[in-house]
Amino acid sequence: MTELARRARVETSPGAARNSRRRARWSERVAKWMFIAPAVIYLVVFFAYPIVKNGLTSFQNYTTSSLYTGKAPFNGFQNYRHIFHSGIFGKIALNTALFTIGSMVGQFVIGLGLAVFFSRRFPLNGLIRSVILLPWLLPLVVSSTVWRWMLDQDNGVLNNVLVNSGLTTTRVPWLTSTTVALISVILVNIWIGIPFNMVILYSGLQDIPTDLYEAAKIDGANGLRTFWHITWPLLRPVVGVVVILGFIYTAKVIDIILVVTGGGPVDASETLAVGSYNLSFKTFLFGQGAAMGNVLILISLVFAAIYLRMNRGTFSETDTR
Amino acid sequence: MRRSQKRSWITTVIALAILAVFLFPVYWMVNASLQSGVTAAHTTWFPFHLSFSSYRLAFHSEKKDVLTSLIVASGATIVEILIATPAAYALSRFRLPSTRLLIMGILVTQMIPGIVIANALYRTYTSIHLLNSYLGLMLADASLGIPFSILLVRSFMAGIPTEILEAARVDGAGRLKTLLAIVVPVSKNGIVTAALFSFLFAWSDLLFALTLTTSTKIQPITLGIYQFVGVDRQIWGPVMATAVIASLPAVVLLLLAQRFIASGVTVGAVK
Repeated sequence: MTELARRARVETSPGAARNSRRRARWSERVAKWMFIAPAVIYLVVFFAYPIVKNGLTSFQNYTTSSLYTGKAPFNGFQNYRHIFHSGIFGKIALNTALFTIGSMVGQFVIGLGLAVFFSRRFPLNGLIRSVILLPWLLPLVVSSTVWRWMLDQDNGVLNNVLVNSGLTTTRVPWLTSTTVALISVILVNIWIGIPFNMVILYSGLQDIPTDLYEAAKIDGANGLRTFWHITWPLLRPVVGVVVILGFIYTAKVIDIILVVTGGGPVDASETLAVGSYNLSFKTFLFGQGAAMGNVLILISLVFAAIYLRMNRGTFSETDTR
Repeated sequence: MRRSQKRSWITTVIALAILAVFLFPVYWMVNASLQSGVTAAHTTWFPFHLSFSSYRLAFHSEKKDVLTSLIVASGATIVEILIATPAAYALSRFRLPSTRLLIMGILVTQMIPGIVIANALYRTYTSIHLLNSYLGLMLADASLGIPFSILLVRSFMAGIPTEILEAARVDGAGRLKTLLAIVVPVSKNGIVTAALFSFLFAWSDLLFALTLTTSTKIQPITLGIYQFVGVDRQIWGPVMATAVIASLPAVVLLLLAQRFIASGVTVGAVK
């Protein structure tokens, strides 16, 4: 049978039209998927696969030799038992909580203050507002290195200023004291995170209709009352996003701590992320490093779920497009 | 009128003072990099004796690292453009049943701790011989920009009037042709912004450089600085000069894409 004849037969048979339409729709769908396929493959290889692998490894006795032999026997919850009973897990978890909450509060309060300040109209506002973003754009290694030098106990400029101005009598051991080191990395992280908080809160403030403020002015409300009764309630959804994203981003911070204190002295500023790095890349206990990474993921997941719930509106808008 | 104008200039002065305090660390870095042989103890408040000797030293020791960073960051950016642009187009324009799921997945990737990815990649790279390779670092660094870029470019493309695309359709242009001939030129700003950010993210990476290289053969500038800091040092001038060099892409981005940076920060957050 010739090609032509076959096609003719197919076309005349009942249901053929439906069939070819279905095929057309299928090839249409394939064509559409070709645009997304590279992204999906990439995301699977560089995000989904590492998470799965990390999950598996946390139940394996994975050592340096496993790297070359490929053999890593499963050992149940051994890795988790090890990290939980290592004696420093409580300390590391507490450090992570303090680091995250401390950074968040500092970044948010200062970021909000700046956002409110820059909501006023004054010359050069836009220019100054964009230059303030510079710390957010600098490589974390750069800003962390500069801070490490500024916080140096003997030669750091911060101690020079504090002592010369009489604010402190002795030089503060920013990086060498087990009680101060965590505070130091929190301070550095606050500095780095302020622009992010400021920009998002500023854009939230811009969305508040100005006639509300004018109405409040006519009613004789002062600045603070206006803030509490108009700005804050209307800003709340944006605040929610900033807080949740802030938690997720801050809990996983690693570069800053590695550069400024290296997690030390001893384990004074070690967090879950730094701990996972140390276990995997310093002591080469990949199983335990993976287990600690998993604890971090589980914590982030809780906040991610909250965030996605809050953002549901965004998705339904996508559906109707 | 006069009075309110005067008052607003006073606000500008306050704003500049805030800026000065806030950017002091950046000033301190530049200041120290311009003083010759500054030991930690003898850094003056201003570079009275302007000297570029720190930069000479930095260039000498970091020339190779800068080149490595340029290669890696450019490669990662190309990977980002090729992967994110078509995906952003599809997610903004096609009615796919899984759009919602995909966008949710992209948001979730932003929350995965880098150390978890590095941990898994290190072991995979060891077995497929991608450790200490440009390709390995480029692909890993692209992960810092791709999810962000898809979201950013998608929001740009969603703003293209449907009529333009329908006109192309009527003229017989297929999807790929529509993307290349119409969508890409129209959303040029978004694509360029995403590329600049992706370059910056890759350029700034420390964690992948630290974990996915085991020799100094391929060492980005960020890792170079990190190695510097590891050594207890007294002379910070060359380190600060290197830090200034490593900051240049950020400054260029701030100058080039000033308008878009704020939109870059808020993407994936409020949007």
